[in-house]
Amino acid sequence: MKGARAEILGKIKASLGTIQDNVAREQAAHMRIAHPPRHVIPKRTQIGKSALLNLFREMAEEVAATTSQIDCLKKLPAEVANYLAQHNLPTQLKTDTNSLLANVDWGALATLEVRCGKAENHDHVSVTAAFAGVAETGTVVLTSGVTNPTTLNFLPENHIVVLPTSRLYRTYEDVWEILRKTGTQSDETLPRTVNWITGPSRTGDIEQTMQLGIHGPRRLHLILVNDDG
Amino acid sequence: MQPTSSAFITNARKALSDVTLQEALKRLQTGFVESRTRAAARIPEFEALCDQARDIKDHVLANLDVYLEIFEAQCKTQGGNVHWCRDTDEVRQTVLKICQATKAKTVTKGKSMIGEEIAINEYLEANGIRAIETDLGEYIIQLRNEAPSHIIAPATHVSKQQVADAFRSTHTKLNPERRLTEPDDLLSEARATLRSQFLNADVGITGANFLVAETGTSVIVTNEGNGDLTQILPRVHIVLASLEKVVPTLADVTALLRVLARSATGQEMSSYTTFSTGPKRAADADGPDEYHVILLDNGRCKLLNTEFKEILRCIRCGACLNHCPVYNAIGGHAYGWVYPGPMGSVLSPGLIGIENTKHLPQASTLCGKCEEVCPVRIPLPNLLRNWRFHVHDQNLMDWKTNWGIKIWAYFAKRSKLYQFVTRYTLAILALGFGRKGRYKDLPFSKAWTRNRDIPAPQGKTFMDQGGNKISERRTS
Amino acid sequence: MAKPSPAHPLKIALFVTCLVDFFRPSVGFAAVKLLKNAGYHVIVPEAQTCCGQPAYNSGDHNNAVQIACQVIETFEGYDYVVAPSGSCVSMIKEHYPRLFDGTSDWSKKAINLADRTYELLSFLVDVLGIKKISGKNLAKAAYHDSCSGLRELGIKMQPRLLLSSIEGLKIIEYDGAETCCGFGGTFCVKYSDISNKILTSRIHQLLPTQADTLLGGDLGCLINLAGKLKREGSPIQVRHVAEVLAGLTDYPAIGNLKD
Repeated sequence: MKGARAEILGKIKASLGTIQDNVAREQAAHMRIAHPPRHVIPKRTQIGKSALLNLFREMAEEVAATTSQIDCLKKLPAEVANYLAQHNLPTQLKTDTNSLLANVDWGALATLEVRCGKAENHDHVSVTAAFAGVAETGTVVLTSGVTNPTTLNFLPENHIVVLPTSRLYRTYEDVWEILRKTGTQSDETLPRTVNWITGPSRTGDIEQTMQLGIHGPRRLHLILVNDDG
Repeated sequence: MQPTSSAFITNARKALSDVTLQEALKRLQTGFVESRTRAAARIPEFEALCDQARDIKDHVLANLDVYLEIFEAQCKTQGGNVHWCRDTDEVRQTVLKICQATKAKTVTKGKSMIGEEIAINEYLEANGIRAIETDLGEYIIQLRNEAPSHIIAPATHVSKQQVADAFRSTHTKLNPERRLTEPDDLLSEARATLRSQFLNADVGITGANFLVAETGTSVIVTNEGNGDLTQILPRVHIVLASLEKVVPTLADVTALLRVLARSATGQEMSSYTTFSTGPKRAADADGPDEYHVILLDNGRCKLLNTEFKEILRCIRCGACLNHCPVYNAIGGHAYGWVYPGPMGSVLSPGLIGIENTKHLPQASTLCGKCEEVCPVRIPLPNLLRNWRFHVHDQNLMDWKTNWGIKIWAYFAKRSKLYQFVTRYTLAILALGFGRKGRYKDLPFSKAWTRNRDIPAPQGKTFMDQGGNKISERRTS
Repeated sequence: MAKPSPAHPLKIALFVTCLVDFFRPSVGFAAVKLLKNAGYHVIVPEAQTCCGQPAYNSGDHNNAVQIACQVIETFEGYDYVVAPSGSCVSMIKEHYPRLFDGTSDWSKKAINLADRTYELLSFLVDVLGIKKISGKNLAKAAYHDSCSGLRELGIKMQPRLLLSSIEGLKIIEYDGAETCCGFGGTFCVKYSDISNKILTSRIHQLLPTQADTLLGGDLGCLINLAGKLKREGSPIQVRHVAEVLAGLTDYPAIGNLKD
């Protein structure tokens, strides 16, 4: 709206009485952005790697995700097939084309039908690679991109996330640091979508009864792949 | 949304006798209240996190213009559009223009309190565009043509049966004999019905829990995943955000997120916390082609320089509502506008005028529980008192209280006269009444005696019994 | 501030408060007795009436200021001011300073008075360091933590500490102890339906505890709770905690004629 921007900013500056010292304030703001303050971080994450893995799995399971662990990526197809069988789920999967999953030999298991790309409404099961995991709350971090359709995280009823243990971090702050360094293109501030996912979709809107799978996945299964050596 | 706050007393009375509502309000206690208590006790850093959240918000408010400009610049570098809107009319027209430019027929909506403020659904419908709420609670109240009664659980006042009734009368293409008695039946039906809406929508509108200046990002916090399907499936994503939503950095928003879900529902983190920056990148597999962030004033700038500015720290967690004895007695609709409970009683007068909302800051015992649980330490009781000064000075007070206080103060300022009057009032009261130690009724006391007895005073004032001479009776 | 001890006599003033003065002077006498037993004789300045919170909480800033100035003057020159009421003390401690602009003489005096003013139980425990009171009482007493005392002054442990030293007395914690009783000053008559709903919820939490007594530190709340209990025909006896601690329980409980 014409004039609205100037009027709003003018009103704010007048309210704050800061029309004079704008330059100093702008500099201070840019400094804070360049060197963000280190905020309080819960001590529960200050533990060793194996304890961290346990914490991650405990927190995730607390919010109705399920978890399992395999010792190498080769075992992924079998692990997935096992999960699908346990829950009587169809064996058709949609996966992302991320380099991690692109290297998986899905063909090793004749029972699985695997296609890649963004999710369609009839896809029942998706398998995606997580950019990172956050032990603090059992959260997986997924980012959008060429090889990562975000729709895979939300449309299918069953979402399987693959998380290499080397990508498990203590806190969100650790993940932001890595994401800015390695998960973001040079002309981007962030990927278009960064999802923190902590458990399946849920609602308490019907008489405060907790129910899973209202719009997003009803089931969230996290498979940790040991690659920490 | 049209305010009905001036009818507060009638609305509250209705709410008190609404059996379904009262059952629903009881559930809030065992739901949100107990969960929040557990979540807060679980991490030793919780109080420190709240102090920190307050400091981050105060820093932003003191530099709001600067961070908004930085946000705008960053958002634009990522291909986003930023629209500044002063009031309801401007934002409605802006949203409509964006929808018309893409020839939108259907719009899906994530939960947005700003959307309620500007009644965007009605406006779009009036202009030939269907707007469908996708948060289950919002969907339910949309079907019932009601306003939200809670800022994070909008349909908390609706029973299971009432949801089923609303589904039956709206989803008429489905088998009328179908079972809808269990929550699971209702959930499956909602999921299927809204899934096709998500897939067919041309435009998705979400709110924003936060905007991050550092990266030009909007953040939404949901449990359902509806906000995500709303923004990634349609061609266009519109974000409705009021000015005070901006925070400086990802580090700051992370710190705030640590107190938000814990305070709201007692969760460590909601199921989905989503950071959206611009439209899809050229080669992205999916995502919206256009991204618009609307920055709305609608009265916030005005509050920045007032004795109410701390209310702009609010992160809409709803903890104050959940813990308020008044909200727990009357529910959200009685407050008559978008924002109920303690934060609504401070914010609504600031946005729509104290003349329209005079009862809200007065209908509180000032018990202080809201301030105790507020994760950004808003001094809500003092802000309510500040509005009471305005009610008094603008002659909006009811005459009985006004004169009662004036008369009381007249005597209170004159101690000898005061003691005279109290002595003789007690003498009169002692005449014959109160033989059982209490009065069932007294003149001018119906408001009290309708529901309670008046305990009888002991008969003589402390001063009259020589209390004021105590120092003279000192021995040694 | 001077350290209190019997060897160095201090001037302690009692702010009896309007509700105690009018409704239940035995609370005032209980306060005097408790302080006397601790070795201190109080002075009761005659010019006192009210702390001004009715005006303040009703938005009448002018009258609130005028009454505050009167209170400040009345209690000038005392080392401590003690009152048997959480809400009156928090009015003085937390809100008097807010009534003035921060720099004037009155502002300084308000802050000075705020520093010297204490709620009775807080004074006994936090300032005088008293941990035990001798006495005997066989009541099964629930305790209601009035909002101002609890949230503005941090009074929670003090009454329980002193009550636990009374021989035979059983303290019962009830679920509604920290939740508002619905009094709220003029709120209870201006919005009486809502007040009644809140009050009824507290009574419903209290009755299943099998307490025979309800204690608290604020007369407004106690009169409100007692009024409802009597209307419901409950035999629960309501008293101010100071009365029980001072052993002044010969007086009928609030709303009763005879025990």
